[in-house]
Amino acid sequence: MAPTEKQPAKGKKVGKSRNYDLGNGIVRFSRTKMFHKKALYKFIGKKVAAEKKPVKPRVIEKQIGGEKNGGKRFVLVEKRRAVYPTQERIKKRPAKQLFKDHSRTLRASISPGTVLILLAGSHKGKRVVFLKQLKSGLLLVTGPFGINACPLRRISQRYVIGTQTKIDISDVKLPETLNDEYFKRQRQKRAKKEEGDIFQTKKQGYKVSDQRKTDQKEVDTQVLAAIRKHPDRKVLLAYLSAMFGLRSSQFPHRLQF
Amino acid sequence: MPFQRFVETGRVAVVSDGPYKGKLVSIVDVIDQTRVLVDGPETQVPRSQLRLNQLDLTKFRINFPFSASTKVVRKSWKDNKVQESWEKSVWAQKIAAKEKRAQLTDFDRFKLRRARSRRNKIRTVSFLALRKASSRNGFLYGKKKMAKGGDKPRPSKKAAKKPAKK
Repeated sequence: MAPTEKQPAKGKKVGKSRNYDLGNGIVRFSRTKMFHKKALYKFIGKKVAAEKKPVKPRVIEKQIGGEKNGGKRFVLVEKRRAVYPTQERIKKRPAKQLFKDHSRTLRASISPGTVLILLAGSHKGKRVVFLKQLKSGLLLVTGPFGINACPLRRISQRYVIGTQTKIDISDVKLPETLNDEYFKRQRQKRAKKEEGDIFQTKKQGYKVSDQRKTDQKEVDTQVLAAIRKHPDRKVLLAYLSAMFGLRSSQFPHRLQF
Repeated sequence: MPFQRFVETGRVAVVSDGPYKGKLVSIVDVIDQTRVLVDGPETQVPRSQLRLNQLDLTKFRINFPFSASTKVVRKSWKDNKVQESWEKSVWAQKIAAKEKRAQLTDFDRFKLRRARSRRNKIRTVSFLALRKASSRNGFLYGKKKMAKGGDKPRPSKKAAKKPAKK
């Protein structure tokens, strides 16, 4: 954490320097220039008599009665604190930056409706439609499934190329259940030892739930309707179903997408 | 064939490298074997020396005396319509096409590929039909080599469509 700057005392006006930083540690006016601006030449050779402030006594002499007491004693004007903490107080620390609280950014080339080229995962090379960014920062995409067999899916924007091709999906309403929890992998709990038959339990493959199927259908019908509104709808459908690839003397860093 | 384009006063050239890359200039004077004085009054290239390996000579040449002032160069440049004739040249068109190709988006490239493959298919089909017809009537391989049996030369039909030019 950066150290907090000292706050000036209240009511005290803080002047602003005429000289300012131009960057790289260079200031606008040189030492010589500031010497003239401040008219420091007026003060050269002059000595200002230092004002003497009256010193407040820290101790006070008090008379003390009684014998063998020395008659007088020096007593502190301001008494010392009676109680001192036995332990240093624990400072309150700023709340930890949690992953869920991180602010998410989206690349400028990507916005809802953008056709993306996937670069990783089992669907790499496919051109898909970007729907929205989830709270975890991952991108929610769909093929649509009927076109290129890419289902509703999450992917990091690092593994994606955003193209300039856009589909107007402002009319598409996504089911609210589509969040990060929805896409979380369902881990099967291990069979407990007591149940026995550890060899007989078969590994179950991934099965698409009915919920996912209905959601897929609901989203894809809307997205397809949006695609049909595109002026190049026929070519666009073929475009989405075609895989991305590089030909000879095509370099991704030199291409426009 | 002897050389056609020379480093000479009035020769129009394309800058191939440096901050003025791609701009047209005219040679005003030859400084030495490797350097020339150029000026591009109509292309925002200030009069300066340039190494010859940063220049590509074009076929155009304009007329003015050596080390003529920018004003004279500009007048000659305009009178000879250098810009117009440059834009008409194949060289300039190729540069323009290259630039256009570089600007294509992913979707545009896909559309182009699709159009090309369609054109090529039409062309192939018509070519094959032509070849078949001309091999049948003996135009291509001679009549003797014709297959035996019923493969007679066909009566000339309208064998092929014209290839669609893209």
